[in-house]
Amino acid sequence: MKNLPLLFLGIFFCIAFSWTGIVLSSHVQLGALEPATEQYVNPNTGDAITGVMASVEKEDGSSIQVEGVPAPGETLHPQAPVGLAQQGKQVYISLGCMYCHSQQVRHEGFGNDIARNWGLRGSVARDYVLQDRVLLGTMRTGPDLAAVGNRLFDAAGRDWHHSHLWDPTITSPGSLMPSFRFLYEVRPVGSKPDKLVVNIPNGHPSAPPPGYEVVPTAEGEALVEYLLSLRVDYSLPEAQLPE
Amino acid sequence: MSALSTAFTKALNPYKGRGESEQIQLAVIDRSMRGPALLFLISAVLWLLAGTVFALMAAIKSHTPEFMAESAFWTFGRVRSAHLNAMIYGWSNNVIFAVGLWLMARLCRAPIRHGGLLYAAGVFWNIAVTVGIYGILAGDMTSVEWIEMPPNVVPLLTLSYALIAVWGIVSFRYRRGEHVYVSQWYILGALFWFPWLYFVSQTMIIFAPARGVIQPITNWWFAHNVLGLWMTPMGLAAAYYLIPKVLGKPIHSYYLSILGFWSLALFYNWAGVHHLIGGPIPVWLQTAGIVGSVMMVIPVIVTAVNHHLTVVGEHSAVWKSPTLRFVVFGAMSYTLVSLIGSTMSLRDVNEITHFTHFTVGHAHHGVYAFFTMIMFGAIYFMLPRLIYREWPSATLIRIHFWCCAIGIGVMLVGLHVGGWIQGMQLNAVTEDGVPVYTFLEVMQNTRPWLMSRSFSGILLTIGHLAFAINFAWILLRVQPGPEASGPTLLQGESVGGGK
Repeated sequence: MKNLPLLFLGIFFCIAFSWTGIVLSSHVQLGALEPATEQYVNPNTGDAITGVMASVEKEDGSSIQVEGVPAPGETLHPQAPVGLAQQGKQVYISLGCMYCHSQQVRHEGFGNDIARNWGLRGSVARDYVLQDRVLLGTMRTGPDLAAVGNRLFDAAGRDWHHSHLWDPTITSPGSLMPSFRFLYEVRPVGSKPDKLVVNIPNGHPSAPPPGYEVVPTAEGEALVEYLLSLRVDYSLPEAQLPE
Repeated sequence: MSALSTAFTKALNPYKGRGESEQIQLAVIDRSMRGPALLFLISAVLWLLAGTVFALMAAIKSHTPEFMAESAFWTFGRVRSAHLNAMIYGWSNNVIFAVGLWLMARLCRAPIRHGGLLYAAGVFWNIAVTVGIYGILAGDMTSVEWIEMPPNVVPLLTLSYALIAVWGIVSFRYRRGEHVYVSQWYILGALFWFPWLYFVSQTMIIFAPARGVIQPITNWWFAHNVLGLWMTPMGLAAAYYLIPKVLGKPIHSYYLSILGFWSLALFYNWAGVHHLIGGPIPVWLQTAGIVGSVMMVIPVIVTAVNHHLTVVGEHSAVWKSPTLRFVVFGAMSYTLVSLIGSTMSLRDVNEITHFTHFTVGHAHHGVYAFFTMIMFGAIYFMLPRLIYREWPSATLIRIHFWCCAIGIGVMLVGLHVGGWIQGMQLNAVTEDGVPVYTFLEVMQNTRPWLMSRSFSGILLTIGHLAFAINFAWILLRVQPGPEASGPTLLQGESVGGGK
């Protein structure tokens, strides 16, 4: 191989081949994926169908498979993240949380994710279509967070997250997670503005001095709202929640 | 090996039968690369030290989370990303620019003209990496693996890369002589592959984000290929050059080296998807990634045969030569890490190793035990030829080798064994389908293994310091010492081979 253009063509072909095969064809397959209702309906008859593809009868009596359509009037999932939760995602990104916490639940029968209650069902591509940055993650030094909002929600979940971020050993003794106390502020009790006060057991090593309280900064509040927003409690045509 | 292929190999080997005029030619080429290569090497060594500090911090944090937990600047997620980017874009790319361009110029017998542009591009590259790593620590990280640096440094990185890489292509274009050696293909391929990968991934993930999971698919196509189509070809190019060069004998088989190159180019490309096995991506794509990973056995075995059979029977020379001691360690690691990697892509194995420290160990097996060790060897060969001085201390080279060899060995055992246990315990269920170990128990059980990694980090730090001291010493020493009579070896006598 002494010829630069020929060598270059070979080099080009190899990368173009894998780019086409991996990146471009997944774009073709998944690039137009939209949120869906829990079940699709047959576009001709309007009947609910199982799965994604519906069987449609043609004039000559034969039938073809076409993609179903969302059931009219029903809620579409997933829904776009909004407001404070979206700001919290920036905090999550900036702190590099995804290097210890994945956001993908493997299906029943491959790994132990469902048995660990990390999700009600395995994650599918459609769960991620509205995310501006997809943080699947490849490491689990901490638990998977794809559906952490299913486990920790409402006021109790918010309290839990704040205590845990201030000092993980409060909620999870022996945890290897670092403290994120720089997302909090220690201030005299009763300062303004009123804020949620982090719940720290009396006498805990990380408790503030008497007369002081721990409150989240704006970043801390946003991060917790993001974590609360990570809920996968809906079915999709291709991924039904178990009965 | 047939007589024909032997003759072929001899004919194509550019190091055979070198006369005085060729020595002068090489000296002219070395001279033309001297300034830029020194700039890249000094930057590389400084980044190696910075990356080592970040690595130690991250390693300690992983088992003692209270360590430096006071500020967001030094939180684990940022420090480990600063470590990765310092090692990839700081250490690896700088050393590749030095070694790759120098090898290309030597093999093409084409001196680098207008080296001044290389200086400028090199300075800009390093400014961009510095700003980028500061950005990671300061909170502008992207959280996209292997491209964590904030988007605002990407244009400068891209531009300076183009101005650096173009010299490799210019050298190839103006090469003299008929022969094109296998190292030249690897370098040429890598110089083209890297910018494509970088451009596509930046575009499709950061600047015009693709929909949903196409992002992680693109991400792993990129990240695995930075190792496979950028660092691996450069490491192999250096090994293909240095092993026959120092031993003064041709590579085992010319035909095998062709097969090795094209099968690597074809299959490595596809392997990256194995990082998403079991994830929310099409199953056919995962299967394609597994096939690509398993097919990597072909280039790996071919390259192993070629490297190891060239070395067979020359073990004492390998042991005496600082260059070969590192390069052969790296070449052996390449064989092992690649075969483990192919195995890890199998679904049954991946189910255990995915999401664990096993993968972290595997990454260091490739980037450190293979790539970095070969690059250390290349620097030991290259620097004396650039500045006409010998390495001042054989003892420091010995410390460097043993600390790094034992250090990386300890780390690999710790992370592979610890990671495997972690994976088995995460997946273990009772007959009723209930997990046997709580998540906290599994994490607690990884602590001793993570501590062994910190211990290995101390050894690696000592090794890197020994290397950096020797490196500064050879640069700063004004008077030529008694070593001017011959190369610095790790045992008495001299080794055969070219200058």
